Amino acid sequence: MRVLQALAVLMLCLSFSNVQAAEKELNVGFIYVSPIGDAGWSYAHDLGRLGLEGMPGVKTSYVEAVAEGPDSERVMQNMARKGYDIIFATSFGYMDPMLKVAKQFPNIRFMHCSGFKTADNMGNYFGRMYQARYLSGMVAGGMTKSKTIGYVAAFPIPEVIRGINAFTLGVQAVNPEATVRVVWTKTWYDPATEKEAAKSLLDVGADVIAQHQDSPGPQEAAQEKGVYSIGYNSDMSAFAPKAHLTAPIWNWAPFYRNVIEQVRQGTWKAESVWPGMETGIVDLAPFGTMVPKDLQDKVMAAKAEIVAGKNKIFVGPIKDQKGTVKIADGVVAPDTDLLGMTWFVQGVVGTTE
Amino acid sequence: MELAIIIPLLAAAVQSGTPILYATLGEIITEKSGVLNLGVEGVMIIGTLTAFVVALATGSPTLAFVAAGIAGTLTAAIHGMVCLWFKGNQVVSGLALTILGTGLADYLGNAYVGRTAPGFTPIALPLVSEIPIVGPIFFNHDPLVYLTYGIPPLIWYGLMRTRPGLCLRAAGEHPAAATAAGLHVAAYRWFGVLGGGFLMGLGGAYLSLSYTHLWTNNLTGGRGWIAVALVIFAFWRPGRAVFGAYLFGGIMALQLRLQASGTQIPSSLLLMLPYALTVIVLVLSSWRRGMSEAPAALGINVEPAD
Repeated sequence: MRVLQALAVLMLCLSFSNVQAAEKELNVGFIYVSPIGDAGWSYAHDLGRLGLEGMPGVKTSYVEAVAEGPDSERVMQNMARKGYDIIFATSFGYMDPMLKVAKQFPNIRFMHCSGFKTADNMGNYFGRMYQARYLSGMVAGGMTKSKTIGYVAAFPIPEVIRGINAFTLGVQAVNPEATVRVVWTKTWYDPATEKEAAKSLLDVGADVIAQHQDSPGPQEAAQEKGVYSIGYNSDMSAFAPKAHLTAPIWNWAPFYRNVIEQVRQGTWKAESVWPGMETGIVDLAPFGTMVPKDLQDKVMAAKAEIVAGKNKIFVGPIKDQKGTVKIADGVVAPDTDLLGMTWFVQGVVGTTE
Repeated sequence: MELAIIIPLLAAAVQSGTPILYATLGEIITEKSGVLNLGVEGVMIIGTLTAFVVALATGSPTLAFVAAGIAGTLTAAIHGMVCLWFKGNQVVSGLALTILGTGLADYLGNAYVGRTAPGFTPIALPLVSEIPIVGPIFFNHDPLVYLTYGIPPLIWYGLMRTRPGLCLRAAGEHPAAATAAGLHVAAYRWFGVLGGGFLMGLGGAYLSLSYTHLWTNNLTGGRGWIAVALVIFAFWRPGRAVFGAYLFGGIMALQLRLQASGTQIPSSLLLMLPYALTVIVLVLSSWRRGMSEAPAALGINVEPAD
């Protein structure tokens, strides 16, 4: 009797999985480095995941606050064993663990955000956030009175340095004399330290605070001081309604939908992709009411140029802090240079070490 | 450097030193009773989370502050049970408490990440905040900072000038003699553990009620460990703890301000400063051990006398 029962259950399971296979339901897993409520990086990715929920035959799930390194490898392996079809890992430090797991599960597609390694079944992706940062720099340059803008930054890696440079070029496009002061916190998410870093910039006369950090700590500091701020990742205006001018933001949903479609149609390839503003992957948050209309128009005009591919931002002549020409007149910096950028443009005060 | 940079720096030193000060004073009371609690970080973070959750639920920062103290007391009670009831190893229990506290706070606090709660804001004290230099440094903060101005003298008086304070120190110095004198050593040690836990909880609360009005995993960021080191630096004296806490707070604030001022020193070196100072301080303190008032029976469990 027991044997029969077990057989029945087994049959049921088998038939169930067959049905699933027939419908080709895609199981999509996401791994986040921080809790999704952080209003920052992981939150933006999760909005992208939620954008998939409406697609027929797609089931998503996520694991949040997964530490980089061995923990993440375990989580990925778990997902792979459970039969997920696509796994997205959204932090730099997941790269090597993902590479390892991808080799163990050749039939599963792996996508890694912000890294540089690929495998037969593992691609990587990122967005040209520097385009949106350029535009937010224009807003900051238009709003500063002290001509000093503070920038609270996480780690001196090319991604962050590139963002600071693009931001500064945006500032200079509307306000050539303004400088951007940088303070490194060496953390992605530590509201207390980030707020303190913002305060230290306010103390040296900055009247707009921008950030490459995942917490709204710097926004709080700007609002308390009664000056302006530029958010990051997602619209942070809820944290500092009086200070928040705009924010360069991520919009992952269209990108993730596109990947799912490619997998469905069998056109997905394991490659490195770096789409820009024209795909909507990066954008500007709505302007605060304190941003004057003519400045808004100017920024939107620049956005149209970037979307049309007419403004590549890193176009020479661009000098470094010492005044040496790094990008020659008329030259558009190639992506390889942008991805390995380790120097500041003229007008940035601070070190890249 | 000019005054316009130094005054905000010193004011920031007081502010960033405050959570460390609460925790250091708590650890001093605990260690004076003869119990070593290395779980400060864990106790603090439970206080941080409790304060945030209570402030969000009730809208009252004051209530949240007191609740954090109680939560700190309860967390420290775990250490008390292990060390005072079961005579467990104090070092191991303390380390376990740190892991337990941070893990539990991460788990329970997950739903609260990214929300803002009401908290304390700076209130300039009338008259005294007008005093040049001293006013903006010490009297333009939130109420939780002002509270710390009163606590060290109280602890000093309580420990050094009252009978219960003498008994508590006896429990930490020579528990056998204290027992012979008819004192209930375990009771004083319990007081040290729970009272210390209360202050550590308050220190944690400062981070989510004043310093920021947010909750996130690991908001304490190692401040509990700095407090443990500061107790040694302070030679177990409340007065020196104030100095030490502000010194550390000052170094933390200084490295960010040096960067903002456009220095060419690599930021990695500047960020090392607080931790390098911790090591230097411990070395210096061990040289001048003679001045130290380390409790002789620190970390040694007492078997029941009867």
